[in-house]
This record gives sequence, C-alpha cells and structure tokens, in this order.
Amino acid sequence: MPKITFIDVNGNSRECEVPSGISVMEGAIQNGIEGILAICGGSCACSTCHSYIDEAWMAVVGKPDEIEDSTLELALDRRPNSRLTCQIEVTDALDGLVVHVAQNDG
Amino acid sequence: MATAPYIVVGGGQAGLQVCDSLRKFGYEGELLLIGEEPVLPYQRPPLSKHYLGGDLDAARLSFRPASHYEKLGIALRLGVRVTAIDRERREVVCSDGSRLAYARLALTTGTRVRELACPGADHPAVCYVRTLADSDHLRAALAEAHRLVVVGGGFIGLEVAAVARKQGKEVVVIEALDRLMARAVSPQVSDFYAALHRRHGVDVRLSTGVSAIEPAASGVQVLTGRDEAFAADVVVAGIGVVANDEIAAAAGLACRNGIVVDACARTSDPLIVAAGDCTMHMNGFLGRELRLESVQNAVDQARVAAGTMCEQPEPYVQVPWFWSDQYDVKLQMAGIGMPCEQSVLRGDPAAGAFSYFYFRDGRLCGADSVNRPADHMACRRLLAQGTMMTPAQVGDEGVDLMQIARG
Ligand SMILES: Cc1cc2nc3c(=O)[nH]c(=O)nc-3n(C[C@H](O)[C@H](O)[C@H](O)COP(=O)(O)OP(=O)(O)OC[C@H]3O[C@@H](n4cnc5c(N)ncnc54)[C@H](O)[C@@H]3O)c2cc1C
Ligand code: FES
Repeated sequence: MPKITFIDVNGNSRECEVPSGISVMEGAIQNGIEGILAICGGSCACSTCHSYIDEAWMAVVGKPDEIEDSTLELALDRRPNSRLTCQIEVTDALDGLVVHVAQNDG
Repeated sequence: MATAPYIVVGGGQAGLQVCDSLRKFGYEGELLLIGEEPVLPYQRPPLSKHYLGGDLDAARLSFRPASHYEKLGIALRLGVRVTAIDRERREVVCSDGSRLAYARLALTTGTRVRELACPGADHPAVCYVRTLADSDHLRAALAEAHRLVVVGGGFIGLEVAAVARKQGKEVVVIEALDRLMARAVSPQVSDFYAALHRRHGVDVRLSTGVSAIEPAASGVQVLTGRDEAFAADVVVAGIGVVANDEIAAAAGLACRNGIVVDACARTSDPLIVAAGDCTMHMNGFLGRELRLESVQNAVDQARVAAGTMCEQPEPYVQVPWFWSDQYDVKLQMAGIGMPCEQSVLRGDPAAGAFSYFYFRDGRLCGADSVNRPADHMACRRLLAQGTMMTPAQVGDEGVDLMQIARG
C-alpha cells in the first residue's frame, strides 16, 4: 500500500498507508489528519482539502485541471504547488508522497 | 450537579458540523449527537450521482471515520429518534424511552421527501432518494428495470435520469411546470437541460401532471393529466422535501415551513439553535427569510449555530452555492439568482460551456455556470466581496472576472 506523509499546519508529520484508488483527501480523512475538511466530499466545489505538494513530487502529481484550477481560487494562500487533494487519486506511483496541509478555515 | 451536555439532534452534515465547530469554538463539555439513521453521518449528494451509478462503495460516503468522533469526544446515539423536546425540564425524549438532559440543544433534523399523493402512489415500484437506504433500494430496483419514469424535473430527478440513461434504461421525465429545475435556475438554463436530456434519449414531458399510478401486468402505468400512460418498472419521485420541524413545533418553537431561526441560528428558545435543511432562516446574503437545501447551507449555518452555542454569535452571511452533475455536464450555482430582473449570457450554450449572470435591484445576485468553473468561482468571490458589477462587464468575455475578484 502506498505511504503518504501528511504535515499539518502545526508542523506535525505523520506517515499513513493509503490504499490505491481513493483520493489523497480520503486518505487524510481516514487517518484523521488535521486541517483537511473536505466539506463538499470531493466534488471540487469547496477547496477545503487544499494542500501543498512537496516540490520534489510536483512532477509526479501533476498540475490541476481546469475545474480544480478554478476552485483553487477559493483557497486562502494559493501557491504554485497548491492542489486540491480530493482531485489526486492515490496510485503506487505516489508511494512516498509528502503533502503539506494548507490553512483551511472552519 | 454536573452540567448537562450539549445535545445535537440529527446526524447529517449539519449535525456533524455543529459538533466539530463546537470543539473549534472551545466547548470542552460533554457532547452528544443523536441520529435516527443507524449509520455514521454521510454525504447525500452522491446518492443520486456516483453512488447510485455504482462506482462508489458505501464506506466512502461517511464524512468521518468512527475514530473522529472518539477523538473529539462526540458521543453518538445512532438509530435513535428524538420524539419530543421538554423545554421546561430541558430534556429530550428518545424513541428508546430514555430522557436526556441538555444544557443547550441544536436541531439539525434536515428534511424528508415529499411523497407522491396521487392514487396508487403507495405501489412498491415508487422510489425516492433521500437516504442511503433509499439509494440502495433504488440501485437494486434499477438493476432489474428496463423502464424508468421520473416524476419531477428537479436536480435529484434529473441526476437519477442521467444515471439511468448511462445504464441504458428507457427514461421518461414528467414535470408539472413548464420547465426543468424551475425553482432554482433561469428559463435559459432550463431549456439547455431539457435539450441535453433529450439528446441523451430521455423523453422529457413538461407541463404534465401525474394523475395516478396503476399496477400493470409488469410494473406500473404512470397516468398523466394529459391522458397519456407511461409504462415503468421503477418510478422515482423527486418532487421536493418537507422540513423535519414537527418536534420543534410540538415544543412550541416558531415554525413556518421549517424551524424559524434568526441570523445567528437561534430559535425562539434562547437555549436552542437550529441549522441546515430544517431551518427557515434569516439569510444575511439574501436579506430575507429562506429555506435552503444544500451542503453549503448545512455547513455554514451549522458553524454559526455552534458559535451561538458558545456565546460567540456571528450572523450567517455566506454566499450560497450548489452544484449538480448530469451526464458529463457540471452545473454550478452561485448566489441566489432567482427571481431576477436581468440575465446576461457569458460563453456559448451551443458549445456546452456558458454562464448566465443574474441581476436583481440593479446588482449582481447570482450565476448559473455550465462547464464554466472559472465563472462560478469568480462569481462566488465577487458576491462575497459585494463588488459592484455591471451587466456589460459580466457579458464581455474580454473582461477577466477573476482578475476583478482578486482585486
Ligand atoms: C439525493 C440528494 C442529492 C443532493 N445533491 C446535492 C448537491 O449536489 N449539492 C448540494 O449542495 N446539496 C445536495 N443535496 C442536499 C444536501 O445533501 C443537504 O442539503 C444536506 O444533506 C443537508 O444536511 P442536514 O444535516 O441539514 O440534513 P440531513 O442530511 O437531512 O440530516 C438530518 C438527519 O437528522 C435525522 N433526524 C431527523 N429527525 C430526527 C429526530 N427527531 N431524531 C433524530 N434524528 C433525526 C435524519 O434521519 C437525518 O439523518 C442533495 C440531497 C440529496 C438527498
Ligand atoms: S473536498 Fe471540496 S474541493 Fe476537495
């Protein structure tokens, strides 16, 4: 099972096993990662699953598509490595991924 | 005597959000969430979309795993219905016979489906979509069915129609009004969706009422006021919802097509707040009373309710938003567009990507976007900031709305 490291806004880091086929957001929720709210349940409508992808992983994870790019406009502090984690599907290729959770209000 | 817990009645999206936000606001006392459905709070939107289509398992619908409730100290009583509120003794009465004292109470009881009232409507072929159990039932019924009749051309009925067409079923949609989704979108958007469904092979019947449902040799016949008969194996009725406000009304709280709350989610009892689909609330964005059925409203109003319970009242002013997925077309709604005085097109309906921006009292009040996510998000930001926009600006594709929204 791919392992993903989540670093929350307080700097707490945790490595979690996340099954392939679900989203990075769902992996965070299942593991109780602070700061991933996901109020729209992964419909790319709320931006409350916003995170920063570790620079080293940007090439593998890729860029947001049009709808995600638009939804990211709602995020508080958007950066070049911003992604909505509900739009990233976990695959074996993401084994070792490092995700920095952004400030999501609520 | 120990202080009584805060109790939240209704284990849906609003109920969970009240609990989470109470902890965020610093409430450290006992917290109890009572829900009639026997499962952890879950998302309803997929019930008429991916989940119905079969590409999601039920476990993925839960908002949070069981460990979340443990971690936050949220005690759960699931499969239990609150049957009465004894305001004098500050207790709720439960279906299992227990009486539980509360220090403060939040009502997040949501809505239930409006049932078809015509003769024969109690036939087992007639289905609804509100709960996980409903969606499971419909999923199983559709697997055996060839012909589906959808009564009601609103969001849920149309989403079910789209899923069923993808599965190759014959689908008829019967709508009493002269256009689809009439309560929420403009006539232009309704027309686009009628054409979209017809292009996908749905028989869309507008201005048509259902008069009766009669058993047939196989399935049923759905009879209309125009003397037509449509054969169906399954009938899905999506004709709106009714607020679950009876326990509030019986306890003497003001109710009017929902539990009446002010801008800070207070009911007429200072110890009781309410949030989500069940409320007739003072909507700060709109500036008048309204009942909304959406994820946005459930979450934002629940946060306000939790703040009020923690003596940190803030009025509910957030911009409404909503979405609906039908086929590969995404409808996104910002603000409250209807009724409007002017609607302005941006983009090209023929190309399947456009928005209508709506103006009321000379101000931008909302937009419906079809496969135009950037317009939708720009509109949400513009509305949140109260930016003055003109019809000419929003209609001109040369004007970068997001740029204006970013300020
Ligand atoms: C099929 C479907 C598709 C949808 N699609 C979308 C969409 O695409 N986008 C969107 O924004 N919104 C959508 N919605 C609306 C959204 O799901 C609701 O607005 C939201 O779920 C409301 O949450 P709530 O907590 O207020 O109410 P509910 O979700 O109705 O939860 C209330 C809960 O309280 C329980 N309850 C009621 N009375 C009692 C009692 N006396 N004692 C104990 N428990 C009680 C109920 O059993 C229920 O579990 C959809 C809804 C449905 C049904
Ligand atoms: S969960 Fe809402 S955008 Fe990702």
